[in-house]
Amino acid sequence: MHDTQLPTLKAKDFSSDQDIRWCPGCGDYAILKAVQKTLPNLDKAKEDYVFVSGIGCAARFPYYMNTYGLHSIHGRAPAFATGIKLANPELDVWLVSGDGDLLSIGGNHTMHTMRRNVDINILLLNNRIYGLTKGQYSPTSEFGKKTKSTPLGSPDYPVNPLIWSIGAGCTFVARCIDIDVKHIEQLMTRAAAHRGTSFVEIYQDCNIFNHQTWFYASQKDGKKTNTLLLEHGKPMIFGEDSEKGLRMNGTKLEVIELGNGVTESDVLLHDETDRGLAFMLSQLLYPDFPEPLGVIYCSDEQDTYDNVVHKQIRQAIEERGVGDLEKLINEGDTWVVEDD
Amino acid sequence: MTTTTDTNHARIDATPLDAVAIRFCGDSGDGMQLTGGLFTNTSALFGNDIATFPDFPAEIRAPRGTTFGVSGFQVQFANTDIYTPGDSVNALVAMNPAGFKTNIADVEPGGIVIVNEDEFNKINFKKCGYQEGYNPLDDDELNRRYQIFKVPMSRLTRESLVDSTMGTKDIDRCRNMYALGIVCWLYDRPLEPTIRFLDNFFGKEKQKPEVAKANIGALKSGFYFGETAELFPVRYQVAKAKLKPGKYRKISGNEATALGFVTAAAKANKQLVYASYPITPASDVLHTLARLKQFGVTTFQAEDEIGAVCAAIGASYAGSFGMTGTSGPGLALKGEAIGLAVMLELPLVIINVQRAGPSTGLPTKTEQADLLFALYGRPSECPCIVVAPRSPSDCFEMAYEAFRLAVRHMCPVIFLSDGYIANGAEPWLLPDLAAIKPIEINHPTEPNGPDGTFLPYKRDPETLARPWAIPGIAGLEHRVGGLEKDASTGNVSYDPENHDKMIRTRAAKILKAADTIPPLEVRGPVSGEALLLGWGGTYGTITTAGDELREKGHSVSTAHLRYLNPMPKNLGEVLGNFKTIIVPEINLGQLVKLIRCEFLIDAIGINEVRGQPFRIDTLVRKTLEIMNR
Repeated sequence: MHDTQLPTLKAKDFSSDQDIRWCPGCGDYAILKAVQKTLPNLDKAKEDYVFVSGIGCAARFPYYMNTYGLHSIHGRAPAFATGIKLANPELDVWLVSGDGDLLSIGGNHTMHTMRRNVDINILLLNNRIYGLTKGQYSPTSEFGKKTKSTPLGSPDYPVNPLIWSIGAGCTFVARCIDIDVKHIEQLMTRAAAHRGTSFVEIYQDCNIFNHQTWFYASQKDGKKTNTLLLEHGKPMIFGEDSEKGLRMNGTKLEVIELGNGVTESDVLLHDETDRGLAFMLSQLLYPDFPEPLGVIYCSDEQDTYDNVVHKQIRQAIEERGVGDLEKLINEGDTWVVEDD
Repeated sequence: MTTTTDTNHARIDATPLDAVAIRFCGDSGDGMQLTGGLFTNTSALFGNDIATFPDFPAEIRAPRGTTFGVSGFQVQFANTDIYTPGDSVNALVAMNPAGFKTNIADVEPGGIVIVNEDEFNKINFKKCGYQEGYNPLDDDELNRRYQIFKVPMSRLTRESLVDSTMGTKDIDRCRNMYALGIVCWLYDRPLEPTIRFLDNFFGKEKQKPEVAKANIGALKSGFYFGETAELFPVRYQVAKAKLKPGKYRKISGNEATALGFVTAAAKANKQLVYASYPITPASDVLHTLARLKQFGVTTFQAEDEIGAVCAAIGASYAGSFGMTGTSGPGLALKGEAIGLAVMLELPLVIINVQRAGPSTGLPTKTEQADLLFALYGRPSECPCIVVAPRSPSDCFEMAYEAFRLAVRHMCPVIFLSDGYIANGAEPWLLPDLAAIKPIEINHPTEPNGPDGTFLPYKRDPETLARPWAIPGIAGLEHRVGGLEKDASTGNVSYDPENHDKMIRTRAAKILKAADTIPPLEVRGPVSGEALLLGWGGTYGTITTAGDELREKGHSVSTAHLRYLNPMPKNLGEVLGNFKTIIVPEINLGQLVKLIRCEFLIDAIGINEVRGQPFRIDTLVRKTLEIMNR
């Protein structure tokens, strides 16, 4: 929609004049920085970005972005985002919210937005806790987790956001960790390029109510063993010294040690277009398995919802001509009452 | 049939009548809505004034023959202006005993009752709960009270379609057209409009020419049966009505609502985004708009009521005109999002086709008990504009008004229709489209604050509306949200004084709408003993009751509110000219509460909440009771 060359922008151009009110040390800061660093490199004008959020700590995100922004109500951000795309499919809509907002109160909208393949980008800041309401367990909290609302431990089994999104028909699913700003930038760039719903789960540390919950995956000691960095077409190898890999054993994935005759060629290659594999990778959980990071699944085969809807409008105009109000109100049987 | 018998059957002279109310009833699968609709069409095209009342159960196909599965369609056609489908039924067509049983009490003494005799058998008597051994058609008292005509419609339909290639089951489904044929003969109505419809609908649209042929055959046979059977001693005719000159069509409230919004959007040069979730009785608005994509209308069937209203708000935020539609239970679900729209100050229309509640209530029946909910049913001080159409065709005009006010004041507007006018139909004098004023919308393209800043909450002093800046415009990037805004910058503010100011400003903005809404008109003298004040779908009944009372010499005028929040500026003055203010409503007294509280007047309510429209005679009687106190 822009004929002229886009001005060169910097990260600070995307930073609003509002004071950031997240707790010092919150993982959200790094994510905000990564987003602000990525956007200048994407091929879009600043005024075409819209940041949409629901409610929660993460949902304050739009206030800190110097773009158009809509801070909506709890759980409904995907529905607002859908409406924005229905009105103007040219806008680049980014939805940033938390695990409670998108998977609990807003689970229904998240699911349906994904299965419709609305062309938006979703960043799920997953800290496995309710921060803004001061520390209740969230839908991603582990079973048995003791919080203010579950003094004897959470009786809920957690949502697995990756399985949820792939199950709902999401066409781009990825995962990364808050402190790895470079990786967030990479995945955001991929997500932005994807036509359809893209979903990026970001492990985010809430240093007040759920500190260290992702340390097994984010800290130097253990990171390489407990996570698996995926690259399309590359063997799925992990471990301190890249000494482990994944392979198929029957219908299941298993961890193998390289060496003693087992070589890289025995390791399964990652195929991000394989939905079945994506399901299997999504089910790999610490501590039994490394948790996958990177693009889990990406498919460009499906048309986007907003495109289909606008195609139908163009088709209706082609077939019936631009709507004629006079004709419309005269539709059906009419009769004339004459002057006496 | 020989030539001799033909000439012997000289036409029975038709007795002229001013108005007739006919009700068709039968099983919910008997096609009574279609039959009634077609008879209405015929009468409208003939030039009568018409008013209809479809009344059907919530179940799609309730067990056959049961009283709760009865579907009815009443139409009144007249040679004068009429405003209601009529209090009592002059002629009833009952396709089975259950229909007969549930509707017979509404037939006027001496009224015509035509029954499908073939269905009046033991099994069906039992299904609808008649005592064993009792046949209502043999009941002396009923036969004295009504003119009951027994026609073996099932048998005659089969016999008339003996050459059809269709199976018996399909042939039996033509019985409704046989019944319609009889009624068309009885009231001297042409068959052509119905034949045209059947040809188009079954023949062309559904590609089933044999079905079209069979239905037309049954229709004609019914008509000839009336002519030849000498069953009816008289025939009736209702002359053309002297309506205002112009071009007319028949329209239902839901259709008129959809057309009204499409027209308003065109007049505003705006794309319409209608996001909705199916709910009775509002779904027809979605159906109508869904086939108008060539007008740039986008429809979105959301995953739920909340998703629908939120998508509508998102669409308005991005520069379209966002709308949603629902009925009472859905309005409850949308409340939080409407609150956000009040805070964001974006245009939004919420259509609420009211139905009988609470909860699921009587989903296919009418009620007007959501008024206070529309006005106050949200947390905190959360004012919306509220309008209410008064008749099926008035939905067109009020839709335009809802749109106009929403963009003028950048706020949600609740459009309170109801099941009665949504499904009911009347003749619509087609508007002169060129005479409908354009709706002006200005989207800012330049910063409005100091140093090239954009202040999203800087208001227009005349309307108190904030600028509608839409994403995609460079330099106007701004954030909006549910948190309280600073009155000048629009940034998040927790300041107590600012909050007080913003609460008052949002309220004042809604009141500003009164500047451009028309004054309340009084029908009858502008002062006198009593004023019947109504709102919404009761207009027809209240108007007719008022006219009747004046004809009888009583000092009664009527007035009808189409703007409920804010109300017309002259309302207080109008009320002050009458000794007694009487407020009939299909609720337990909601408008009356507002009138009493706002104007400190001892207004008195007439209230019934039966899921049915008022009867005219009820209003006449109760008004006189109140006046004689």
